[in-house]
Amino acid sequence: MPHTPPSTTIYEGGFADPVGASQTVFRALMDAMAQPGTIHALPHVTAPPAPLTASASALIATLADADTPVWLDPALTKTSAVRDWIVFHTGAPITLHQSEAAFAVVAAPEKLSALNGFALGSQEFPDRSTSVILQVATLTDGAALTLEGPGIKGRASLAPDPLPQHFTEQWKANRQAFPRGIDVILAGPACVAAMPRSTRLIRPEA
Amino acid sequence: MIAHAADAPAQNLASYNFAYLDEQTKRMIRRAILKGIAIPGYQVPFASREMPMPYGWGTGGVQVTAAIIGRDDVLKVIDQGADDTTNAVSIRAFFAKTAGVATTTTTPDATIIQTRHRIPETPLHAGQVLVYQVPIPEPLRFLEPRETETRKMHALEEYGLMHVKLYEDIARNGRIATTYAYPVKVEGRYVMDPSPTPKFDNPKMHMSEALQLFGAGREKRIYAIPPHTEVVSLDFEDHPFEIQHFDEPCALCGAEQVYLDEVVLDDKGGRMFVCSDTHHCESRRAEGHRGALLGDEPAFGDQPLTDKEPAL
Ligand SMILES: [Zn+2]
Repeated sequence: MPHTPPSTTIYEGGFADPVGASQTVFRALMDAMAQPGTIHALPHVTAPPAPLTASASALIATLADADTPVWLDPALTKTSAVRDWIVFHTGAPITLHQSEAAFAVVAAPEKLSALNGFALGSQEFPDRSTSVILQVATLTDGAALTLEGPGIKGRASLAPDPLPQHFTEQWKANRQAFPRGIDVILAGPACVAAMPRSTRLIRPEA
Repeated sequence: MIAHAADAPAQNLASYNFAYLDEQTKRMIRRAILKGIAIPGYQVPFASREMPMPYGWGTGGVQVTAAIIGRDDVLKVIDQGADDTTNAVSIRAFFAKTAGVATTTTTPDATIIQTRHRIPETPLHAGQVLVYQVPIPEPLRFLEPRETETRKMHALEEYGLMHVKLYEDIARNGRIATTYAYPVKVEGRYVMDPSPTPKFDNPKMHMSEALQLFGAGREKRIYAIPPHTEVVSLDFEDHPFEIQHFDEPCALCGAEQVYLDEVVLDDKGGRMFVCSDTHHCESRRAEGHRGALLGDEPAFGDQPLTDKEPAL
């Protein structure tokens, strides 16, 4: 696979093959969302400015456009490069308000204190919620999470790191709001996993 | 059994995108699919586009397939259980042309199966996606014509009226008379319409290995059932859900416990029952299974089913 060099300007580093790349990235994400806990390879198709990672940028370039406000965490807004790259390559408006975001990209999950500031949707339109993309260093070497729910045969295991503070408790609250709630997309190195709101976290010893 | 498309798409016709839909429409549909998967059984509104085929030809399913399909996919399309009806042939040709994908009639070889009525008899495997063409996605519509009201009923899990309707069936007929579009409850939360599939197929939706996606073009709804998800047909303790039973096996392949279509043989009332799933029937005959109509003679080629009519 040809390695795309890091972009020197925000105008570079987008999809070379937008149709093929976005389809490949979407199918990986769809499979990840349909089978929580499974890890799916992502092609190296984007070269965004740091600290946005190749995985997270491929996902946002696949999903976002002018109809979907994007929220960025403070780690991604230290300079304007990431914001400008996303705006140029997707046309998505950047929002300062979590509750208005269709997508959120989080480069420092460990500093994200609350999940309930994002849009959870309404009881009648639970789909009007934020999909939160967490950039993680690993999906296999963190503290193990045990998952149950739709898409999972029995139980599944995932060990992403870093995660938001008090993640297990926060996820429990998110699950209790069902059908409202956020969906989490875990963007690891060249791979993706997902925890839709339907997923339950259970204590490993249970 | 896999047919490869003769030409790569858009080489001589650059006027449409891969799989016909523009990228912005695909993104919008893809986002709806992800929400549908995250909230199993919930109907996600989407901005359905005009397709170069009339509503009723599965424009919702076609849009879902167009949004997910890639160059390496192998597509199977069935109408009733058959791969060879006009509707199925047209949709297969549409994607062979616009996406250059390989097509197949063999269930296990397909990565995406688009269907109008049936779930294949061959159990689906992990990684496969079953895309349903849905005419009426709202299971509560016949009870309540107003969308704002049905949405409220889903929001509040107010499904009492649906149970009352089913129970009226029992009072009138001694059993639940609904045989198609028999409502299910997904993961204990949303009541969902499996759409025009016969209730015979409802149990196949439960804990399927495959991802199931539903697209309603005219009604602008997408919904989903992830693999390994609980799908329960609504019923009552004293009147449990039952699938249709057929008195005789398939006349061609002898299969039992499959869904059969009635085929009229002549104008004197002669008829036979054969597998609705043509691939299943053909593979059984290829394995040497023989139904009553074929007798014990050695088979010289397959019996053509040109006069096959749906038993609707
Ligand atoms: Zn048969």
